[in-house]
Amino acid sequence: MTWRLAVLFLCLVLAPAAGAVSNLSDAAGRYSILNDRSTISFFVGQVGGGGINGRFADFSGAIRIDPSAVERSQVEIAIRPQTVFTGQSRVDEFLRSNAVFDVANAPVITFRSTSVRRTGDTTANVEGRLTARGHTLPETFSVELTDLDRSAIHFRVRGDIRRAPYGMDVGTPIYSNIVRFDMDFTARRN
Amino acid sequence: MLRNTDEGYGLVAIILHWLIALLIVGQLIVGLVMVRLDDQRLAFELIQWHKSFGFLTLVLVGMRIGWRLVGRSPHPLGTTRIERIAAQLGHASLYVLMVALPLTGWALVSSSELAIPTFAFYLVIVPHLPLERSVAAESWWAEVHEILAWVLVGLVAIHVAAALRHHFRLGDATLTRMLRPVHHRLDRTPRQS
Repeated sequence: MTWRLAVLFLCLVLAPAAGAVSNLSDAAGRYSILNDRSTISFFVGQVGGGGINGRFADFSGAIRIDPSAVERSQVEIAIRPQTVFTGQSRVDEFLRSNAVFDVANAPVITFRSTSVRRTGDTTANVEGRLTARGHTLPETFSVELTDLDRSAIHFRVRGDIRRAPYGMDVGTPIYSNIVRFDMDFTARRN
Repeated sequence: MLRNTDEGYGLVAIILHWLIALLIVGQLIVGLVMVRLDDQRLAFELIQWHKSFGFLTLVLVGMRIGWRLVGRSPHPLGTTRIERIAAQLGHASLYVLMVALPLTGWALVSSSELAIPTFAFYLVIVPHLPLERSVAAESWWAEVHEILAWVLVGLVAIHVAAALRHHFRLGDATLTRMLRPVHHRLDRTPRQS
């Protein structure tokens, strides 16, 4: 009796979860990133432990997932570093200043994908060109499709970026050269 | 040569005196400049150097006080009793400030909500003092640090003026004995014959 209940319970719990992990190919279409339902957060470690956690409040982006080949999909994201937020206004001012983002001269950070390499049913590595402070360099992010419904897709993007090549090496090695990005996106089908 | 005598300073005291003098002047200049810069990047870097050299100063001052305690100090030269007391007070105040300035700087860094690590000369992680972190605490320590820095500017000026007075007006060896280490003349010791 109890094992039947257990099986029933497992089916009820696992079935929606299994359904949620959808295939990337099913997500084909054009999407716009919803700023208010997405987050772009980052972490910069410091010597002795801890570090700076921050977010960008204002960004936009478009995604096109190719129906025939996921590899031909494209992503474009634009971030306004003026909207950086760490919870410490002095840190925010410092990040906006010429020491880091130099928002007066470089108001937008962009990422434009150049290739998508599938690594699993719901995962892919997206390579592209990241432009910040007048420097454009190739970078790779790992993407995981976390949810999919008829009108929207949800995915998590992670990647480590070295900041020094973008002219943002201030504070190294007290603060790590590596900026750890963790982003959650909800994008609506156009 | 290394140790002080009643007449003059040894090499250790002389080197410590001038190294710390150089650090104090440099720290005062960098400290005044770094908080008045528009360039945030340069300001950040100068503050980190200021912290590193501040801790170096604290270590050297500790060594200097230790050296002074285990050895002797030369007698003050050619002055009245009042002047000798003034000189002792001046020197004692300099010692107090040489310790207090690095310590209040350390306190200001430790009480800041920004919790910026101190990585002295990119070699040594200096822990924060266990102080309450708040904007109010940081600005209080910053104010104390700055006021003490200005008091030190005044004391250094008096110290330099007094040394020059001894050299040019009184014509004694107060200044020159801080430049040339004393020679221990063994043949001067009284002979038992």
